Amino acid sequence: MTEENVQSDGGATPENVEGALARPERAPIDIVDVRTGMFGVRGTGDTSGFGGLVRTVALPGPSERPYGGYFDEVVDILAEVLGEQGIAFDDAVEKVVVFRGELTIHVAREHLLAVVRALRDDQDLRFELCLGVNGVHYPNDTGRELHCIYPLNSVTHNRSIRLEVAVPDADPHVPSVVEVYPANDWHERETYDFFGVIFDGHPALTRIEMPDDWVGHPQRKDYPLGGIEVEFKGATIPAPDNRRSYS
Amino acid sequence: MTSTSTPRATGGAGAAGTEGVREYTALGGDWDDIAADAARLGDERVVVNMGPQHPSTHGVLRIVLEIEGETVTEARAGIGFLHTGIEKNMEYRTFTQGVTFCTRMDYVAPLFQETAYCLAVEKLLDITDDVPERATLIRVLMMELNRVASHLIAIGTGGNELGATTMMTIAFREREEILRLFEAITGLRMNHAYIRPGGVAQDLPPGTTARIREAIPRIRNGIGELEKLTLANPIFIGRTKGVGYLPLAGAMALGCAGPILRSAGLPYDLRKAQPYCGYETYDFEVPTHTDADAYARVVVRFAEARESLKIVEQVLDRLEAQERSGKHPVMVADRKIAWPAQLAVGSDGQGNSLDHIREIMGTSMEALIHHFKLVTEGFRVPAGQVYQQIEHAKGIMGVHLVSDGGTRPYRVHFRDPSFNNLQSLGIMCEGGGLADVVVAVASIDPVLGGVDR
Repeated sequence: MTEENVQSDGGATPENVEGALARPERAPIDIVDVRTGMFGVRGTGDTSGFGGLVRTVALPGPSERPYGGYFDEVVDILAEVLGEQGIAFDDAVEKVVVFRGELTIHVAREHLLAVVRALRDDQDLRFELCLGVNGVHYPNDTGRELHCIYPLNSVTHNRSIRLEVAVPDADPHVPSVVEVYPANDWHERETYDFFGVIFDGHPALTRIEMPDDWVGHPQRKDYPLGGIEVEFKGATIPAPDNRRSYS
Repeated sequence: MTSTSTPRATGGAGAAGTEGVREYTALGGDWDDIAADAARLGDERVVVNMGPQHPSTHGVLRIVLEIEGETVTEARAGIGFLHTGIEKNMEYRTFTQGVTFCTRMDYVAPLFQETAYCLAVEKLLDITDDVPERATLIRVLMMELNRVASHLIAIGTGGNELGATTMMTIAFREREEILRLFEAITGLRMNHAYIRPGGVAQDLPPGTTARIREAIPRIRNGIGELEKLTLANPIFIGRTKGVGYLPLAGAMALGCAGPILRSAGLPYDLRKAQPYCGYETYDFEVPTHTDADAYARVVVRFAEARESLKIVEQVLDRLEAQERSGKHPVMVADRKIAWPAQLAVGSDGQGNSLDHIREIMGTSMEALIHHFKLVTEGFRVPAGQVYQQIEHAKGIMGVHLVSDGGTRPYRVHFRDPSFNNLQSLGIMCEGGGLADVVVAVASIDPVLGGVDR
């Protein structure tokens, strides 16, 4: 399997997704990357015999009902509240993933503000605390390179869920939720600083950790870690990002 | 720099909207000239930089203040001076090595980062229930002692910044007691890397519980002494009451948890709300206050320190009961995850257990290979993401951990409580006096190592 056919059909090939043919209604597993070889060796010099290895990186796919616990209730009420505003649930929510006892709702960015407003304001949802936003960069997840994750806590109902928004690197715009959760002010600046995600509507989207004139976004995968080789008793130890890696 | 129109303090020099604004650069010039110039223009408003190196900013924190006379009209915090790229670095180390990095974030409360990170790794490995009881007890013990140490620093340095050096010396003296205990248990006073995915690095050395029991009354006395010195002191009351006010609605909107939220009256504590590490089995209260000012936060921190000591005593009871029934593991049984070596004190004061070295070097090639693979390569963690929240001394600490199925974290993000809480600086300071900024910063208790990571 090559990277091309993963991209062309969205990651669902019968070879790598067991049961995809048997249950066509089920969405494909979320394949975000394909790795080849091992130990980070490229080209000549690979005498390990592991050069032919191909491994797909698949994140947990969409879950099916029942999600368990309060997750069903949260999703149902969210669908109801969005429905009242004339937003179809399937348009706003791409998928619902339950993994390790945690609920992740993947939201389309156009509807992010409506979703967070519903989650905060509806009396049966009441997610009062947003614990910020955090980015993840999947450079080979074409069209969905940058992911933003919003953990939410409800003090009233003692619940925790998570929202995830994926945007393409070519158009890294996400609506800012600062008007709903003022706590996200610095967190969005941090995600902008580290990933280059542009939060539209943020009151002052500037760098926060790096200097103002810094070039690049350091937490992206294509941004090198840097470092210098260290000589130790005649041998040279490469910088951490040039060392042998196992994945 | 003074200004005549309405540029925001956060806008940089030359930013849009500042054209035509008169700028004064006070670099080695004569301040009198600048003051005279400002007076000539009838401009009372002055923008002042406090920090990044200032004795009362708790670290390398820069505060940009717009003042009119003595009144602060706008306050903004500038951070990033201590950014060391810990999260990026962790992506290039194994899951076990990550602990040595995250412990250096909030260096006043290192064991919270270690525990939160390890709980996240264990959740992603799906071995949360396999972590031995004794390891969890030791984690709770370490975290609660650390909470006392962190609160002592918060109160002591806060007092020091107001000029009360005695508050600082008492607080540091009692913290030293706790650091000595940490040194006896982990080998280090700070940056322990003691809590590891799957358990803890090694069991408590013999006699530790007795030693902690002996230290608790002294720590409790010290807290009492500091409390008496502080809470009824008219100068301290005058400086902190009604200062740095942040009501419940503001604290919720700004995502402030921990003592700031509880000083506003909401008893939200993740140890009660979403128990981890078996906190639901301990008997303790969640102290609150209703004044929502700097004084209330000090009161809450004192009460929390006392509650933490109560938890420590309960943990000690359980640890001692366990010790009576023989030796218990402190690392998961799964040899594919558990660190292969057992530490033992060698002639150089540290090192691996000789028995282990004898076994892998002399008798078992497989054990040697296993040791080598696990230490250099690390263990694999299934692809996926988890978010682990714990109640840090300063608020909610969240760890977002993403794995791609490899031996290194694909992405790990720490939601440091100080980073979030420091946002409330503006709302606490604006409209107050210049001297109250110091009190407000101290009441937030930011540690810049954690803020900048």
